[in-house]
Amino acid sequence: MEKEIVLTALREAFPADVLETSVSLGDPVAVIRPAALAEVMTFLKKEPWNFTMLLDATCLDFPERPERFEMVYHVFALDGARRLRVKASLPGEGAAIASLTGLWKNADWLEREIFDMFGVGFPGHPDLQRLFMYDGFEGHPLRKDYPLRKRQPRLPMRPES
Amino acid sequence: MPGNFITSRLDAMLAWGRKFSLFHYPYVTACCGMEYMSAACAHFDIDRFGAGWTRFSPRQSDLLLVVGTVAQKLAPVLKTVYDQMTEPKWVIAFGACTVSGGIYDNYAVVQGIDRIIPVDIYIPGCPPRPEMVLDGLLKLQEKIKTQGQDWRWKKKSS
Repeated sequence: MEKEIVLTALREAFPADVLETSVSLGDPVAVIRPAALAEVMTFLKKEPWNFTMLLDATCLDFPERPERFEMVYHVFALDGARRLRVKASLPGEGAAIASLTGLWKNADWLEREIFDMFGVGFPGHPDLQRLFMYDGFEGHPLRKDYPLRKRQPRLPMRPES
Repeated sequence: MPGNFITSRLDAMLAWGRKFSLFHYPYVTACCGMEYMSAACAHFDIDRFGAGWTRFSPRQSDLLLVVGTVAQKLAPVLKTVYDQMTEPKWVIAFGACTVSGGIYDNYAVVQGIDRIIPVDIYIPGCPPRPEMVLDGLLKLQEKIKTQGQDWRWKKKSS
């Protein structure tokens, strides 16, 4: 199948780093070791694969798993409108993965959002600080163990009417 | 008691003047703004009730229309805008988010702007229909008419 060509190529180029491949919801998916992210992405961005666009980078939190965070990257090739999903699992303690800001400029804010919401570190990022939440906000609100109704107001609140 | 007679007449006159000359400041942050535009423009036309003059400066406004979700990050800005307005001033909470936080019961959103600033009229709805906005405006005018008027020269002499 056409969508699996890139997965076969990935498996051949990185036999030790590509853990699992599949086709899910119409897009090819590659699960890789997090240490190999930068090399895999560099490989995908170059000829002949030409995944020149980073559509999205996001993160998932599975508190019950030993490898708690799952990074998800969507890349897109303008020639042929091909998409590819790359996933990598990170441990809960000191989760960090290489920054992709050197490859794609828009990874800057995407990674800042992930840092803000999940607390994943990005070594190599030029300016890793919170993107949405304000200075003085403690914790990472999209982690599943963040209390649902915890508020961190910036002003003293008036009593509830 | 001629003094008392004059006081009550002035109160009524001030109330009449104030309720039909509300300069409003639209503090629009979210989708309720569409409904605000609809209420403010010709089709529903809040100008019929004397509140058509939009001032984009809080210092020249009497009525703060808080339209849309207010995040915790934005709360100090809203408080500053309210503090900049000169007395007398009124606040309308426009839409479910400003009334109670609406569907956003989470880490980011203020659970009702009355936790930050005092509110005179609450207009629920997600978003409220322009008719509800006009109804809220009429209720505010009723409130202005019946509440005691703050006139400074009276305070100075007493």
